[in-house]
Amino acid sequence: MATILTVDDSTSMRQMVSFTLKQSGFDVVEAADGSEGLHKAQSNRFNLIITDVNMPKMDGITLVKELRALPAYKFTPILLLTTEAGIEKKKEGKEAGATGWLVKPFNPDQLLSTIKKVLG
Amino acid sequence: MGIDLSQFHETFLEESFEGLDVMESSLLNLDAGDSDSETVNTIFRSAHSIKGGSATFGFDNVATFTHVLETLLDEVRSGDRDVTQGIVNALLESVDCVRSMLEAQRDSGDYDEAQVKSVQNRLEAILGNAESNNEVTEAVVVVEEKNSSNGWLIDFKPHLNMIQTGNDPVRIIRELESLGVIGVKANLEKLPDLDVMNAEDCYLSWEIELYSDVGESAIREIFEWVEDECDLVIKPLQTEVATGEEKPVDTPAVKIEIKPEVDVLNKTDEPVANKATPTRTKATGEGGSIRVGIDKVDELINLVGELVITQSMLGEMGQNFEPSNIEKMMDGLSQLERHTRELQESVMRIRMLPISFAFNRFPRLVHDLSSKLGKKIELKLSGESTELDKTVMEKIGDPLVHLVRNSLDHGLETPDIRKAAGKPETGVLHLNAYHKGGNIIIEITDDGAGLDKEKIRAKAISNGLISESEVLTDEKIYDLIFQPGFSTAEAVSDLSGRGVGMDVVRRNIRELGGAVDIVSAEGKGSTITIRLPLTLAIMDGQLVRVGKETYIIPIVSIIESLQAKKENINKIIDHAEVYKLRDEYINIVRLYETFDLVPDSTSVNNGLLVMVEGEGSKIGLFVDELLGQQQVVIKSLETNYRRIEGVSGATILGDGTVAMILDVPGLVVISRAKTNVNEDKVA
Repeated sequence: MATILTVDDSTSMRQMVSFTLKQSGFDVVEAADGSEGLHKAQSNRFNLIITDVNMPKMDGITLVKELRALPAYKFTPILLLTTEAGIEKKKEGKEAGATGWLVKPFNPDQLLSTIKKVLG
Repeated sequence: MGIDLSQFHETFLEESFEGLDVMESSLLNLDAGDSDSETVNTIFRSAHSIKGGSATFGFDNVATFTHVLETLLDEVRSGDRDVTQGIVNALLESVDCVRSMLEAQRDSGDYDEAQVKSVQNRLEAILGNAESNNEVTEAVVVVEEKNSSNGWLIDFKPHLNMIQTGNDPVRIIRELESLGVIGVKANLEKLPDLDVMNAEDCYLSWEIELYSDVGESAIREIFEWVEDECDLVIKPLQTEVATGEEKPVDTPAVKIEIKPEVDVLNKTDEPVANKATPTRTKATGEGGSIRVGIDKVDELINLVGELVITQSMLGEMGQNFEPSNIEKMMDGLSQLERHTRELQESVMRIRMLPISFAFNRFPRLVHDLSSKLGKKIELKLSGESTELDKTVMEKIGDPLVHLVRNSLDHGLETPDIRKAAGKPETGVLHLNAYHKGGNIIIEITDDGAGLDKEKIRAKAISNGLISESEVLTDEKIYDLIFQPGFSTAEAVSDLSGRGVGMDVVRRNIRELGGAVDIVSAEGKGSTITIRLPLTLAIMDGQLVRVGKETYIIPIVSIIESLQAKKENINKIIDHAEVYKLRDEYINIVRLYETFDLVPDSTSVNNGLLVMVEGEGSKIGLFVDELLGQQQVVIKSLETNYRRIEGVSGATILGDGTVAMILDVPGLVVISRAKTNVNEDKVA
């Protein structure tokens, strides 16, 4: 089964994502900000990364850029969790190399169907 | 899959309250004119997280409110709006609103909806869209016309770099398949020779026929993430066949706007005054959870491991016990004792929190009050990381607020008075905390006017607390302000005059087993010192015997123990005896009299005196015997029996008997009262 990294500075959101994914049988690793996420991505191999945008230390967009610069994550799906339905953040995220996004608020079912879309 | 989101509510509320605290303290640090600083970002991030979480977990009122808040913060963050004091104040009030909404959620209580609405209106007025306050809840439903043809022709030409964003064209085509029956034709034209091919590029393109009655938007949704990484043309299948022409891809859509019921929110037929601010008693979450560092938990697990090893060692020894093993067993027992003590200390550390939890409300308080009072006050905090038991912290909060308010209101002067007195215009209020012995000391220092001794004296005389002829030391005069019914404030102010006097402050602190003292210099300022035990659960005690009873004296209050010498004992009046210790005269308290017991000896001469200090005074406790020292677990007497004067609690000794813990400050007060009564008699 796929291993997924979820990066979010909000503990409750992270728990919700993590719990939902684990219930569906995924292996999940959590990180509380971009730099912790990057660090964990370097020492593990993930099939999918789900990251929040607004975070302290390193934001989600920077994390995507950093990850795409790593050979191991050149093609790995990376999803942004964003409340900014506005076009700008999505565009910024896409330019950084994000695969797609999931707009908050979302429920566990929406999360799973989006993940299915990426992991097939 | 039915996941119950309510299981995340507690975490969400907890982190939101933390976020609000962060917002509040950051806002207080925000100077007018600041913009794209890290502070603004921090504030924005907190608001943003609360908004995201509240929407996800179904707290719509919070989500709606924080959306407006976030919009304003975003404008500040992007530099579109300057930070003004007005904005900072509105934001601070917003923090209060969100907090009250979340508290209502947590406690299943109510919040002041009118207040929230009015703050929201203010934020919207600042944003300049007070009219369109329905924007947030406005929903746009697009009803699309069904495709009249029997399917779609999709021309999908990914750009070379598409797969480098993690988007797999095959995955997209597979998803299209979920909409209906598809026929796919791959276009290999652009595929280069193998030797020049870059494995990371996408050379293929596809022509897909989708047989389905779905609308175009459903198809566009599948391509949503790759819109900018491909050329995409979607045409109805039939049209293609019939005309061979490209038609505009936009399908006509009907827009229906749903207006929210704004009036519901504006309903304010209930007077605002009736809606008292919801009490924040539960805000401290007495039954709530605490966050514990992993290191503390690891330490516990280690210690429990050690205990298990020691226990099994002793158990084995007990099974085939030989007298020759006695030394080994003693070793084992002392090991057990050491581990038990360490375990106890570790467990207690779990309940310890840095005092910053109690201090962090003061920047806001000082900010609000100083502007209200027209004073310039700088608040200094130090020793915020000093740790204190959670329960003690919760209970010291209100007394601290009262003392700080007092300093702000009565202690520190207005700028012109300060200037006239040759002091800097800005007064300094300093909150400091540190550990000393088994206590935590909290100091509240101001460089204000100090206490007016004459005024206090006059007031005490008029209140009948002291007689006109009485000569009092400075400490005794300052002590008067803690007496019930004493207040020097000429006018009852909005701030301090809330019917709670310093006597209540002192009583609350005493109930925690602490003490409060004040030192003041006229014109220079005052320092209030609060001494509190680190924990309410366990303390170090000296066991003493009086007759057949064992009592426990808190070690922290013991100065020394000595054998009384006849020449130092002076009987001043009827029952009052004093002991001359170096150049001090100390009241002697015969414990057997206080507790009505039969002692070994009633003669203080050659007897044992334990000198203790409380309430700023010393007394000598006359006891029969000093026993050992040990840590005792404090049990409340009030909960299990009733309150007894001179006793602060009870404990259970190793042999199962109950011993009373002496309330030293209480005994000092009793002894003082007794001397006063006797003095009156003499007079």
